[in-house]
Amino acid sequence: MTLWLIILGMSVATFGQRASFLLLPERVRLPAWLPRALHYVPAAVLTALWAPELLLQKGVLSLALGNERLLAGIFAIAIAWRYRAIFGTIVAGLAALHVFDWMF
Amino acid sequence: MAAVGIPPLEAMAMSVLVYAGAAMLAAVQLIAEGSPALIVVLAAFIVNLRLFMYSASIRAYFAGVSLGRRLVVSYALVDNPYALFIQRYGTRPDEPGKFDYFFGLAIPVWLCWQATVAAGLLIGNQLPADWKLDFAAPLAFIALTIPLLRDRPMVAAAVSAGTTAVLAHGLPLRLGLALGAVVGITVGFLWGKHLGTKSA
Repeated sequence: MTLWLIILGMSVATFGQRASFLLLPERVRLPAWLPRALHYVPAAVLTALWAPELLLQKGVLSLALGNERLLAGIFAIAIAWRYRAIFGTIVAGLAALHVFDWMF
Repeated sequence: MAAVGIPPLEAMAMSVLVYAGAAMLAAVQLIAEGSPALIVVLAAFIVNLRLFMYSASIRAYFAGVSLGRRLVVSYALVDNPYALFIQRYGTRPDEPGKFDYFFGLAIPVWLCWQATVAAGLLIGNQLPADWKLDFAAPLAFIALTIPLLRDRPMVAAAVSAGTTAVLAHGLPLRLGLALGAVVGITVGFLWGKHLGTKSA
């Protein structure tokens, strides 16, 4: 029962967050600086999602050669920069992770 | 999820109704620790604060779209369709077909996500961990981020957001993620304003 309450509460919370601005009436104008700030949302949020996965090992900052996820991530960044291919970047990054894991 | 006593039906219901991976991971962890319901819901809310930003960011593209369609977009507004949509329309906001494009992204992402959750519930931990498939998620986010870095303010936003998220990772409830996002957006905004570059 409590579990279903939790599910209901989480559903309302996440849907409310997604719908918050989308469902505002058209006549509500957002302040002029807001779109300029929101322009940076995707790059900022996405990088905040993946950077810790590369730079932290078991919660500790690691810039050593032994951090194969950092090396594979740098390789994937290069591939993404050069080819702009999503699936290709994922495959290349996973392959690089296994190669670096085997090397170091 | 079975490991912490969440039955398959409830797990699947959560996946369909909540449809937010990070929030579910946080919830599962807190449920396992025996946290009160209110704390679990609050944690899910905080973990997903970025959804407010997505909603505000994407609003302008769906001006004049019917309420029903905006409800659909609201439900399906998760990281990947959002990022792919911005990649397509970010520099061309006036081109038509925005709802159809978003809907076309949302369906496969939704199906893949639900199928993966169902498979996870069925197969559990039998996939070998040494395939390192968990790394596919950050790789996908990298692939979505890099093409966005078209000018210096954008690069500054990404670098400062990533650095902050790494330094603040010790904060509870993944607040480091929210803090990183806020710092990145602020840095990019101020830098862009300083240069006087126009934002698309």
